[in-house]
Amino acid sequence: MFEQIFFWLLSGGAIVTAAMVVLPPTGRNPLYAALALVVSFFFMAGIYALLLAHLMAVLQVMVYAGAIMVLFMFVIMLLNLREDELGTERRTFAKLLGGVAMVWVGLKVALVASAVDNLPAADATTPAMASFGTVEGVGDMLFRQFLFPFELTSILLLIAVIGAVVLAKRTL
Amino acid sequence: MPSVPLSWYLIVALILFVIGAIGVFTRRNALVVLMSVEIMLNAVNLVFIAFARYRGDMTGHVVTFFVIAVAAAEAAVGLALVLGVFRHRKSVNVDEMNAMRY
Repeated sequence: MFEQIFFWLLSGGAIVTAAMVVLPPTGRNPLYAALALVVSFFFMAGIYALLLAHLMAVLQVMVYAGAIMVLFMFVIMLLNLREDELGTERRTFAKLLGGVAMVWVGLKVALVASAVDNLPAADATTPAMASFGTVEGVGDMLFRQFLFPFELTSILLLIAVIGAVVLAKRTL
Repeated sequence: MPSVPLSWYLIVALILFVIGAIGVFTRRNALVVLMSVEIMLNAVNLVFIAFARYRGDMTGHVVTFFVIAVAAAEAAVGLALVLGVFRHRKSVNVDEMNAMRY
């Protein structure tokens, strides 16, 4: 019962704020979109906590709403775009077609998604372990089964840092 | 068993993914396009975590962890590119970023 109430509150909030990123009611300044996206990420973290993914909820707030969105806001404020530098957002037929096509694909996939409850495997188990989704459970998996991809992630982040410094330093 | 069916979470993720894709298709500000990509990545994370919960398998959480790491790298490199292009062309409109060499 409470789970359903929280599900509707959190998912409704996440969808409304995500829509405000794409179609902002407050104008074309990307700062408003970034702020709406931060709120959307917090709602998503709530949904993760509802799904017992505690570590992922914390990481969502710390990495997404914290690090990534601070980076976005930093760049937006650094650019300090004026109204004429934002460029024109023309409403062309191709864009309308792209939007309608995405909604159509979404409706089609929704049919598949709504059939997933009838699958026998879907309602098999509740998580038996007490450590499901905690730092202990996920960390144990990360450092045993997924040790090599985990180490590769550090190399990926190192490459991203070097690439960002090189790209931002020189003039293109 | 949780009182919310799995398909509801999938449909929420689907709506978020479609919102992000519409943003990529229709908006022309490069920063908003990058933010729409982040929304799409988040929708995929939600699918992984929902399936992890309903199948009692934490592999989805590990995959989500990697997706978050890749999203951080993507944001860093993408924003550096936007900064570089803006410094050169005084515009962040992706319609004007149509030349390999300028």
